Amino acid sequence: MMRRNCLAAFAAVCFLGLPSFAQMSITGAGATFPYPMYSKWFDEYHKIHPDIQINYQSIGSGGGIRQVTEGTVDFGATDGPMTDEQLKAFREKRGGDVLHFPTVLGAVVPIYNVPGIATDLNFTPEALAGIFLGKVTKWNDPAIAKANPKIKLPGNDILVVHRSEGSGTTYVWVDFLSKVSPDWKSQVGTNTSVNWPVGIGGKGNEGVSGQVKQTANSIGYVELIYASHNKMAYGRVRNSSGNFVKAELASVTAAAAGVTMPDDFRVSITNPAGKNAYPISSFTWLLVPEQMQDSGKREAMKGFLKWMLGPGQKLTEALEYAPLPKAVVGQEEKAIAKLH
Amino acid sequence: MSAAPSAVASFDIRAFARRVRAGDQIAYLLTLICAASIFLVTCLLVYELWISSGLARHKFGWSFIITQTWDPVKEDFGALPFMFGTVVTSIVALLISVPVGIGAAIFLSEMALPRISDTLTFLIELLAAVPSVIYGLLGIFLLVPVLESGIVPALKGVLGFLPLFSGPFYGVSLFSAGVVLSLMIVPFIISVSREVLLSVPVEQREAALSLGSTRWETTWKVVVPYARRGIYGSIFLALARALGETMAVTMVIGNTPKLQSSLLAPGDSIASVIANQFTEATSDLYIHALIELGLVLFALTIIINGLARLLILTTGARIEK
Repeated sequence: MMRRNCLAAFAAVCFLGLPSFAQMSITGAGATFPYPMYSKWFDEYHKIHPDIQINYQSIGSGGGIRQVTEGTVDFGATDGPMTDEQLKAFREKRGGDVLHFPTVLGAVVPIYNVPGIATDLNFTPEALAGIFLGKVTKWNDPAIAKANPKIKLPGNDILVVHRSEGSGTTYVWVDFLSKVSPDWKSQVGTNTSVNWPVGIGGKGNEGVSGQVKQTANSIGYVELIYASHNKMAYGRVRNSSGNFVKAELASVTAAAAGVTMPDDFRVSITNPAGKNAYPISSFTWLLVPEQMQDSGKREAMKGFLKWMLGPGQKLTEALEYAPLPKAVVGQEEKAIAKLH
Repeated sequence: MSAAPSAVASFDIRAFARRVRAGDQIAYLLTLICAASIFLVTCLLVYELWISSGLARHKFGWSFIITQTWDPVKEDFGALPFMFGTVVTSIVALLISVPVGIGAAIFLSEMALPRISDTLTFLIELLAAVPSVIYGLLGIFLLVPVLESGIVPALKGVLGFLPLFSGPFYGVSLFSAGVVLSLMIVPFIISVSREVLLSVPVEQREAALSLGSTRWETTWKVVVPYARRGIYGSIFLALARALGETMAVTMVIGNTPKLQSSLLAPGDSIASVIANQFTEATSDLYIHALIELGLVLFALTIIINGLARLLILTTGARIEK
């Protein structure tokens, strides 16, 4: 995957870059989750500003953070905000800070395969944590059954399916579990890959969904976009207000509106306040160094960020990404001025 | 009159000798550089792996290879479950592919009509060129359902009393990975072994036949032992591929780093975990631990190859007696 993207980026440089060599070329690398959105944005932006070419390699959030810290790319992208140590490492290496700019929102949904059950199941946070900790082992466990009073659940053993590779999707999922379950927080914790107490690993969203489809009585988690593109059934999750909410663009944007945004935009929005908020949602960020030596690149980056927050946000829903809430857009527009 | 031609002749011989010497030296140098470059690349590889795994080596020391935990959150890393998975899947793969591969090679070189043999060999060599991700997909979509519905229930019926074949089967497992690996490496064994068997001198066969051996006795008691070393070579090649295979294994092994006694349980392998976790590994220690896994795989490959060679040396000596 990574090699193919590198090759694609290389090919793009060769075929598009060379004929009009006077143009500005900006390179970025990082998260795979927002890649379809970013490539659409960069493409559209290039149509409006033919002199600016933005190349993006979706090598994973970890790679994005590493490369922007090393200075091998102009900007990075990540599904989980940089930690304090990573920010410190950036400051030591590059002098100056790196700014987080939220771009779109994503959500992670539970998928399952329980024979005889065609309706959407309701999941409480406690049930999800229990299942993934290996404490809730049967489908008719009261933790699941109480939330689904009208459905007769079988007494079969649950098989947990998780992502095998490090992934932003996993980060969001376990971040939610850490917030709702003290046991999860102390025993497992939050990261792009964790030491899973139970279950088997599938590679990518397609690996997890394939395994769930093939194995009766299994449960897994995938990105909302993947589930809706593939017309998969997925469960509702109870939010902090006690409502069972289905993940949709509106409920995901509502989740982002339910948190107070800090000045550096590094915020987790899992389990937020808000009646209609879907609790397993997340921002995804662009990582832009505060100081850019090349003034041309800096202005081009600023121009793109402004466009992304304005007309760019209107392109999100066609690709089924949830757009940013208005308040966040306003706050980000102010933050663009910090780039110097 | 008689001196001139001889002078010309001696001049020619000396020039020729010089040319030959110069040519030999150039060839010697060129081939030496080729050989040295391989050696150099190997050394650089080990050096890089050694340097880039420093943090993990200092923190965990030798306990790295006997620790069962792999926890990226608490940054506690151990290689044992991955080493276990790599070795077990390779053994399963060899147990299946060696008899099948050698049997097929004997058929193709000794029994089949030349035209059939050439066609089949061409197809087998095509198989060796199929990318591993295709084998992984075949594994998930074709092999796993077949294993699930037919082979594994039958295995459990016969051998279910052994811990090796106990417990639930979810399709992905050490066993599935071993079977997919065996499909991947069998073309290597067949095509190399066939070449080796074909290169056994006709006189060997004629001698055996003239002493009254049947066709099969000739093949099994004369041709195969004569080609023994070449066949071992093909198995080493296959083993090396099985130990280092990444994509196909990742897709069917279940990616669960736990030590489990059952072959039907999910596991994980060294190459698979490196490919899975490298891109999203953010902390330095995490990356160093992954690179140290690479170093472990390198060492494991050397040890296993060494053991295999030792085994063959000792059994080979016995056969020759």
